[in-house]
Formats: sequence, C-alpha cells, structure tokens
Amino acid sequence: MNNKFRVFLRGIFDVSPLMIPVVPFGLIFGVLSIDIGFSPIQTMGMSLIVFGGASQIVLLQLFSGGASSLVIISSVGAVNSRHLLYGAVVSEHLSDLKLVWKIIISYFLVDQAFARSNEYFKNNEDKNKYFHLVGGGITCWVIWQTTTFLGIVLGALIPEKLGLSFAVPLTFLALLVNDFRKFINVIVIIISGLVATFGFNYIPYKAYVIVAGVTALIAAAVLTNFKKNE
Amino acid sequence: MNNWILIISCGLITFLTRFSMIALLKKEMFNDRIREVLSFVPSAIFPAIIFPAIFLDSSGDFQLENNPKIMAAVIAMLIGIISKNIIATIIAGLASYWFLIFVI
Repeated sequence: MNNKFRVFLRGIFDVSPLMIPVVPFGLIFGVLSIDIGFSPIQTMGMSLIVFGGASQIVLLQLFSGGASSLVIISSVGAVNSRHLLYGAVVSEHLSDLKLVWKIIISYFLVDQAFARSNEYFKNNEDKNKYFHLVGGGITCWVIWQTTTFLGIVLGALIPEKLGLSFAVPLTFLALLVNDFRKFINVIVIIISGLVATFGFNYIPYKAYVIVAGVTALIAAAVLTNFKKNE
Repeated sequence: MNNWILIISCGLITFLTRFSMIALLKKEMFNDRIREVLSFVPSAIFPAIIFPAIFLDSSGDFQLENNPKIMAAVIAMLIGIISKNIIATIIAGLASYWFLIFVI
C-alpha cells in the first residue's frame, strides 16, 4: 500500500465520527428543499455544486422568504466567510501544490474535513499529507450527497404538520453548542439575534442576515480588543 | 432556469471563499488578530437565522405567546450546553417540539 493511499485512508478514518450529525442535516436539507418547491434535480444540483450545509440551508431559508437573488448570494457569501479562515490556516501546508490540486482541495474544504486535517497537518511533515484532506473531504461528500438523496425520497412521505421547518434554526443552534459557554460568544450571539429579529421587517431586501452578521462581528472585534487591553 | 443561475452563483461564491485564501495567501497577510475575529463568524451569523425563525411567524410578526418553538429551543440549548453534542441537541429540540404540539 503506497503512502498516498495510506494518508487518504487515515483522512477517511479521522473524519468519520464527525459524519454522524451530518446525516440528519442532509436529510433535513433534502426534505425542506422539495417542500419549498425546488425540483429533485435542482436539490441534488445544490448539494453537488454548492456542497456546503450552512450555505444551502441559508439559500432555502431566504428563497422561501422571497429574498432577491443578490441578497441570497451575498448572505451565502457572509455565511461562508469562515472558509476564508480555513483556507488561510491550511494554505501554509498546501503552498507547494499544483493549481489543480488547490482547486480540488478547495471544493472539499468543508468544516469537518478542515477540523480533522488541520490537526493532522500540524503533527505531520510528510509531503503527501494533503491526501488526508482529500480523504476527509470525499467522505463528507459521499455522506452529504447520499443523505440529500434520501431526504428527497423521504420528503414525499413526511407529513407537513410535523413542522420540520423548525429543524432549520435547531440545526444552526446545534452548530453553536461549543460557543454557549464562552462569554464573548454569548454576547455576539445575542446581538446578532436581536438585530436580525427586530430588523426583519425594517431592513430592506431581506438583508437582515448580512446586517446582523456584520454588526455582531464588529461587536466581536471590539469586545476581544477590549479584553486584550485589560 | 432562474433557480439554476441562483444555485450556480451560490456554488461559485462558496468555492471562491474556500479557494481564494489557498490560492492567494501569503502568510503575513493574515495576522492573529484577523484570525481571532473570523473565529466569531459562526456566532455572528447563525443567530441571524435562528432568532427570526423562532420568534417571528411566517408573516414576520412577533409570536411570543403559545409558541412551542421558544420552549423547544431553550430545551435544545440547555441540552447543548450540558452535552456539547450536536446530535443530542437536534434530537432534544425536535422531541420537545413534537411533545409540545402533539401531546400537550
């Protein structure tokens, strides 16, 4: 077994435990997308082209609320701005790669694969270590496409009164579980939530996600600065 | 067809946020300070989706009484704080929501 393949398998192995919560997330996405009125092909297309859970749910949420394309696209951009951080962190390990590998790896750079491969990169100096991220990314990809497909199929069987749309805020709430104990994060969460809720009817073009996000991020910058100067 | 343009645009912007730093970055451009602030992006963005979906009804009006979503979200959050587990949080929220609308 050559070294690249071994590192690739290690990536699959490392990321697998993080796939458990992705399963309900993918199912919910598939169900909701059909519910909102996207066709099965468009729903599958979203998972294949966008390949990002949070981005796709935001797309659905704003689309169903009647937001314009420009607002939807910029909100997806805002949700994705965390990937700038991921890219910046892993870039030092990937700087010698050919462009085609950088493109492939960028497509697979999702939250779970980033989290596991970043740890691996820090502790390994092997020149094939980027195969770890490829292995982890492909694992996420397979799970995401499969559960989207199952969601599309199951969607027709799930009665509307189950209130599955509540699963959207719930899923995002679950993604914040590690932040509820941190003081600055809690303040940032409350600021964002209040701006979005009170601005919902007054901020034009349904841009409340962007306005609330930017406001809360500025608050985070001020608060962390303040903490440092103490 | 319009939906496809929207989907492809969202795919492009998602790809570009992942690709830009890997392709362009020189290490010095990203100092610890910017990294620190960017680490708050989930806390800054996700509540903007969570809060309106819980506290507002489909026409955008406040719905504070007889709203099982509030109680279910609080239960989910408490389970999340205790367990730090994403799946447990989602299940606790959905289970308590269904309990509130179907049983009580």
